[in-house]
Amino acid sequence: MMYGYAGTILRVDLSNATIRKEPLSKSLAENFIGGRGFVAKMLYDEIPSGIGPYDPENMLIAATGPLTGHFLPASGKTHFGTKSPATGGYADSNMGGHFGPQMKYAGYDVLVITGRAISPSYLFINDDTVEIRPATEYWGQGSITTEKNFKNHLGDDYQVITIGPAGEKRVRYACISHDFGRQAGRTGVGAVMGSKNLKAIAVKGTGSIPVADLKKAYAKGKQAYQKVMAKPGFKGWTPEGTAGITNWTNEVGVFPTRNFQTSHAGHYKNINGEAILNRLKITDKGCFGCPTPCGKYGHTQTKLGSAYVEGPEYETIALFGGNCVLKTIEEVAYANYLCDELGIDTISAGVVIGWAIECFQKGILSRDDIGREIDFSDLDSVAYLLNQIARREGIGDLLAEGVKIAAEKTGKGSERFAIHVKGLEWSGYECRNAPSMMLAYLTADVGAHHNRAWVLGHDVAGAWTNVHDLISSETEIRAQPKAVVSERSAEYVIESQDKRSLFDALGNCRLQMMELGFEAEHYAELYSVITGITKSWEALLKISERIWQLTRAFSVREINGFGRHLDFPPARLYEEPIADGPNQGHVLSREEIDDLLTWYYTARGWNENGIPIKETLLSVGLSEVAEDLEARGLL
Amino acid sequence: MELRAIHENCSGCNTCRLACAIENFKEVNPSRSLLTIEARFPAPGDYRIHLCDQCGECADSCPEDAIHLKDGAFIVDPDACTGCLICVEVCPHDVMFIQKHSDVPIKCNLCGECARTCPRNAIVWVQDIENDGDQESEVA
Repeated sequence: MMYGYAGTILRVDLSNATIRKEPLSKSLAENFIGGRGFVAKMLYDEIPSGIGPYDPENMLIAATGPLTGHFLPASGKTHFGTKSPATGGYADSNMGGHFGPQMKYAGYDVLVITGRAISPSYLFINDDTVEIRPATEYWGQGSITTEKNFKNHLGDDYQVITIGPAGEKRVRYACISHDFGRQAGRTGVGAVMGSKNLKAIAVKGTGSIPVADLKKAYAKGKQAYQKVMAKPGFKGWTPEGTAGITNWTNEVGVFPTRNFQTSHAGHYKNINGEAILNRLKITDKGCFGCPTPCGKYGHTQTKLGSAYVEGPEYETIALFGGNCVLKTIEEVAYANYLCDELGIDTISAGVVIGWAIECFQKGILSRDDIGREIDFSDLDSVAYLLNQIARREGIGDLLAEGVKIAAEKTGKGSERFAIHVKGLEWSGYECRNAPSMMLAYLTADVGAHHNRAWVLGHDVAGAWTNVHDLISSETEIRAQPKAVVSERSAEYVIESQDKRSLFDALGNCRLQMMELGFEAEHYAELYSVITGITKSWEALLKISERIWQLTRAFSVREINGFGRHLDFPPARLYEEPIADGPNQGHVLSREEIDDLLTWYYTARGWNENGIPIKETLLSVGLSEVAEDLEARGLL
Repeated sequence: MELRAIHENCSGCNTCRLACAIENFKEVNPSRSLLTIEARFPAPGDYRIHLCDQCGECADSCPEDAIHLKDGAFIVDPDACTGCLICVEVCPHDVMFIQKHSDVPIKCNLCGECARTCPRNAIVWVQDIENDGDQESEVA
């Protein structure tokens, strides 16, 4: 028996309607832990090289980790993985809520979906019973509507993931939705699900997960809750959740605004955490086992209508409130609702729409191209474009391709302000005076995403602080000196990448550590008493490093001509000084960015082109990968 | 002493349900929990905790007199219970459970683990309010 895990991988091939259960192998569990580790290993080993993301051979994986579903703070995570519609390389997206725990209670650590159903379908799982069922009646429905309909049909004790119209239409940043407000938002996992004609997965589990030492694990779990709840951040961070940092990011000038033309929005106090609490919130809404819920569920009213919606979280505030300059929290929340119902990632959508508005202002896209006039600070423009994108109608067909492809097709210099890395749109931190965070975005394996490494504390606040310390700063604009660009950035980024990614493998949330300062070592203890496999935090970090090298290797293999040039930001971020605000006039030069990459590559054991060298792969136990890349002439 | 739900504090994390299953059945398996959390989304957008307040309607309705008050909790006597399930029907909070592992209905025994582990103070112990009107006092 494998303690901590459910013990089974469920494989569903939608093309020939086969369902297969296989035991989770001990070596996979020990060498790759779970979640993100399983995703990375299975994608590398099993995807036929060179396939497109929407080919039936592509895999959509939902993987839990050994801590998922157990008694410890915030053990509700599910990790989705696939070949990326956004970048063509490695993709994953992490989701909270209650789906992962339910998968494990049903008996499955991992779901692997391949093939393409002949007609719209959903996957039904009730413990041992697994069926592919018709879903034609749900096709075309929004994500929130679909989830409610499934709950009405099957019962509230089913946990459901769905796609919306955007996933069905293969919008490259379509998300997978769950629990009326949680998403696997990034990298287009929802588009892959749509390409498989899979509308939803509903799961109910009534089984028990085996634990090596339940008594000890339960006692340690209780201690962990007590320690988290004793942290100063418990009361400081929880009330506003991620939205609580909106003040700080504006004060220090890292808040993407007007398509990254500047990094401070004058109206930020009208779209911050306090505004959510005072004007929207009905209840805190937590993921499974979470003592510090970020989710703020509420109700918004705008000229376009009213809606129940979870959030907005910080990222949505940054990309709709900053990047598209929506002026009130109600409008940001309404844009959030539209994205949730249509099944679109709010981050990518905010970047794409910001780019489109700037294109219109510069005359690159015309009124005829777009179908109407569009502008910043205009909810009508945002709502119009979101609906066009989700249905791929008119200009929406171009914008649904993501900002990289849309800019390549449009040309006329629009690539210079298409804000992405490798094809994934940039999330909510402007980095022209934040070298470490810039490097984190450039080297994130899925593209420009903040969750792999969050190192702004080193750039802006001086020494590292926990995020909860940042939200309590005084609300005033603080003019920032030009940041120092040094080799230390590589060290900070690698430390953060290995640490944060480990949580995606373990299957629980990292925010209790990152935001509240709950000590990392506790997770190693919990892992050891639950699984019966004794590993120190350092030993777990070694595995995290292996996973990092593996995801890079996957992209080296799958993206033609992969290399340093793909780790560069768009020209705006190294040519145009920030227009105004606390960081006015600052910009990192192309040479400074080159230096950052070189330092990082050296520290990671990669060559000058950003390709892992053979010795590096061997040193982390990836000899088969080294052989494979060598045989393909890629090492 | 009884358990009291403060619905507006609940964030739906289900920590209480997992704790209940571990404490009472030694299983990491919230489906065995003796309380439920109702997530009411998208509207009205809140949670309702369904737990046993030891109201005794199960005992009153039992034709076999198989449910008895002991240390403040109504307990089902498995030897006297015939499995007619009338108590399941009458329970006003839907917290008399039929589980595949048992021939008789299972209910809360007032162990209090849900209240002790709730990170949100959404389930609390209150003293018996019969003698002191509305003077509820939280003791844990």
